[in-house]
Amino acid sequence: MSSIPIEKGLENSSPHQREQANYLTVDWSLKSWLTTGDHKRIGIMYLISISFFFLLGGISAGLIRYELTSPAGRVLESETYNKIFSAHGILMIFTFLVVAIPAVFGNFLLPLMIGARDLAFPRLNLMSWYLYMIGGTLILGGMINGGVDSGWTFYVPYSSMYANSNIALVIVGIFFGGFSSITTGINFIVTTHKMRAPGMTWFRLPLFVWAMYATSVVIILGTPVVAITLLLIVFERVFQLPIFSPELGGDPVLFQHLFWFYSHPAVYIMILPAFGIQSELIANFARKRIFGYHFVAFSTLAIAGLGFLVWGHHMFISSQSMYQGIVFSLISFLVAVPSAVKIFNWTATLYKGNIRLTSPMIYALSFIGLFTVGGLTGLFLGSLGTNVHLTNTYFIVAHFHYVMVGGSLTAFLGALHYWWPKMTGRLYSESLAKWNAVLVFVGFNLTFFPQFVMGWMGMPRRYHYYYFAPEYQPYHLMSTAGASVLALGLIIPGFYLLKSLANGPKASANPWGAHGLEWETASPPVTTNFEQTPIVMDEVYDFDPVLEHEQAQARKALEPTGYEGYEPGALAEPKKDESDLGGKS
Amino acid sequence: MLTNTPFSPPSASNFAAEYDFVFFLLLGLTIFFSVVVGIAVIFFTVRYRQGSKADRSRPIYEDLRLETTWSVIPLLLGLVMFFLGAKVFVDMKVPPKDAQEIFIIGKQWMWHVQHSNGVRENNTLHVPVGKPVKLTMISQDVIHAFYIPAFRVQMHVVPGRYTSMWFTPTKAGKYHLFCSMYCGTQHSEMGGTVVAMEPKAWANWIANGGESVPPMTLEQAGQKLYNNISCNNCHGADDNLRAPSLYGIWGKQRKLSNGTSVVADETYIRESILRPHNRLSSGYGPTMPIYEGKITEQDIPKLLTYIKAIGTPGGVPASSPTSLDAAALNGTGGTMTPFASNAIQYQENLKKRLDATPTTRRGNPAVNAIAAQEEGRQ
Repeated sequence: MSSIPIEKGLENSSPHQREQANYLTVDWSLKSWLTTGDHKRIGIMYLISISFFFLLGGISAGLIRYELTSPAGRVLESETYNKIFSAHGILMIFTFLVVAIPAVFGNFLLPLMIGARDLAFPRLNLMSWYLYMIGGTLILGGMINGGVDSGWTFYVPYSSMYANSNIALVIVGIFFGGFSSITTGINFIVTTHKMRAPGMTWFRLPLFVWAMYATSVVIILGTPVVAITLLLIVFERVFQLPIFSPELGGDPVLFQHLFWFYSHPAVYIMILPAFGIQSELIANFARKRIFGYHFVAFSTLAIAGLGFLVWGHHMFISSQSMYQGIVFSLISFLVAVPSAVKIFNWTATLYKGNIRLTSPMIYALSFIGLFTVGGLTGLFLGSLGTNVHLTNTYFIVAHFHYVMVGGSLTAFLGALHYWWPKMTGRLYSESLAKWNAVLVFVGFNLTFFPQFVMGWMGMPRRYHYYYFAPEYQPYHLMSTAGASVLALGLIIPGFYLLKSLANGPKASANPWGAHGLEWETASPPVTTNFEQTPIVMDEVYDFDPVLEHEQAQARKALEPTGYEGYEPGALAEPKKDESDLGGKS
Repeated sequence: MLTNTPFSPPSASNFAAEYDFVFFLLLGLTIFFSVVVGIAVIFFTVRYRQGSKADRSRPIYEDLRLETTWSVIPLLLGLVMFFLGAKVFVDMKVPPKDAQEIFIIGKQWMWHVQHSNGVRENNTLHVPVGKPVKLTMISQDVIHAFYIPAFRVQMHVVPGRYTSMWFTPTKAGKYHLFCSMYCGTQHSEMGGTVVAMEPKAWANWIANGGESVPPMTLEQAGQKLYNNISCNNCHGADDNLRAPSLYGIWGKQRKLSNGTSVVADETYIRESILRPHNRLSSGYGPTMPIYEGKITEQDIPKLLTYIKAIGTPGGVPASSPTSLDAAALNGTGGTMTPFASNAIQYQENLKKRLDATPTTRRGNPAVNAIAAQEEGRQ
């Protein structure tokens, strides 16, 4: 193990220690949750809130897919359709993707991974959740009361002068959500700098912490810009303040620059945390130190830095100058290199590993495939010439879903399965989870691959009707069929994960035999995370493949069957002891 | 359904070939790297699965040469692709000096086109094959985008400033025109057709004020109508069993079946078209269809003029119809001729108009028809 834990080997702890209250059971009252400063509880509160918003975003996606099965629509009016696709984008981006991994797993794991008791500013952390909830409520309020039909991009002058929907309220909601992100980012940066356990040097940090750090930097540099920009729309809309609308003397292209200055880095806010998770999953299930640790860490920073210099590639045909376009395109090609480096390093990590094909690992491997396709198709859009025909079509829709869903959501699901035993102390059915991971992969590709072809053929995005171009219908049908499979793959985990809470077997401190400080404290952890501050003595991901292989063989010989696809040792209490201990908590 | 599903958009402009080359090169790269990574992942996962006997000795954790290799190769490939892409883009941005300029005005939710000689059209753009065309575009309200997939061109149309794009159509035909920048409620229906015409046909079209054929004389229009509504099926050059010939009858006394006679003048011919059974020619039964309500008052003068021409002894049929047929055959169509028979062409034109005009969902026959068809299919 990588450290001297507080009490030697918690997994062998006495019944007395096991009975100790963990962060979940310490106090069940609602008040104790709503006023908590515990990063783990806040992480759980975030998990519940973002799942709710994800569900709403998913329902709107389902409506869109159903509506598009016919060239002349099925049930919706055009106006309603526009509100639905806007709701899908706004909910998924501002209330799910941007928040999901940092606020849930970053919150829960960052202090655990660096051996800290909590984040640097626990009450600021709680405030960020309240800001998020206020923002989410305002966004939903705007969507219910009048709706918003400008798309998640809020392009002016449509959003500021022409739309008849409740754009102002939704924007104020996003503004609150933005400050929730900023406070979380500041918290993470300070925590990473100041609260690392003794011996936890920068290059012993798990790559997830590196990713959180880079993400936080992007968040605090980018989010204020979009928050103010969106607020300017509200000023123009409500007070006729002349900023963007040419009718008032403003410049609509200025808005696009300001918007994408944040919203391109926002893509990295959504994907960098996924890279971090990816590195954890690959290293721990290949049971091998991540290949090129330093290159992976620095490529994360390079992406975060270069990510601020490529916003103009969203605007090649928007009337910015040709020379601007050329510069932005060049930098966009440069940013592809660190992404490629990551892919190659993860793949190389598998070489000579001891690969366990668990459900988190299946998500991690599908991430490699989907992100490779998502990243490479980004080159079509970063290349000036090819961008002209493909932008604003379903090609771009497919591309960013490969990155956002195939990348971020897949990583989110992988993380959820990987750290679920740590967060809840329960084991879910691994065999079901494995099949489900395959189902998600198949459903995802079936949904979004046809959209590449459709976009290449010229089907514009955000189209409600296409009765004048029925040649696109077969692709829409395929896509909708795939979406049904994908929906199933996202609903099933809801059932088996909740079931594990009710009657899943209890997890040991380290059910995956993984490496990292978070696995050295109990599952679920106590409120203070560690009873004594751990001291880190060895390198991160310190596996020895040859030794691993021999140990695995030995464990198998001793205890040939694990629980439902888990390794031996995943269960907190060996089955034979069950009758002795009796007490259920 | 899939058997007819196309996989590529039509290629109909000067940019298509150059563009598709870069596109397929990128596609090749994408497939190559995806396959390499995919195979490596699957191979390693199988070979180094836990418990396999594969050799795991001397693992490597960091290798500068390897990292450099897989940084530099993508970098170089990326730079090559950047240059190729940028070249297409620069070509798209620099129109030739002799390009034909056309103004485009976008507004919620239609495209308005103004040609240099004053010809205007809505939601349709007629362009000549083989000649560079430069579109100068502006929006009246929100941001739109002018997108012709078959030409591989797309550009935002912004309020308050002109944007432009250019292309040279290379293949005659009709292509989709889309607004690709979300612009409000009827965004998806803001589109129409780009009609690429052979240069001669286009010159003809533009010179005739945006009509596909030159204006016809009343007599020519009458002849066309005479054939269109099938007068010629029965009323041929000679009397036959079904109907008397109309050649040479104008102004002559005609014997009727009731024993009286009448002069074949405007009034009688008009009556015989609309209500033919009132006064039948001697020797013929009431077999001619009644045209009352089927053609309009504006059409009758055309028929009268033609019948007068052929009905005058020694009169010759109106000029050869080849020019009309040619216009119909060269695939340009798309607009109504002012002299066309409303009754006959109504359905045809309705279809064309619906293809080209933005419509709303409610009460739109085209949408309803598709919706009904869809429901029937389920």
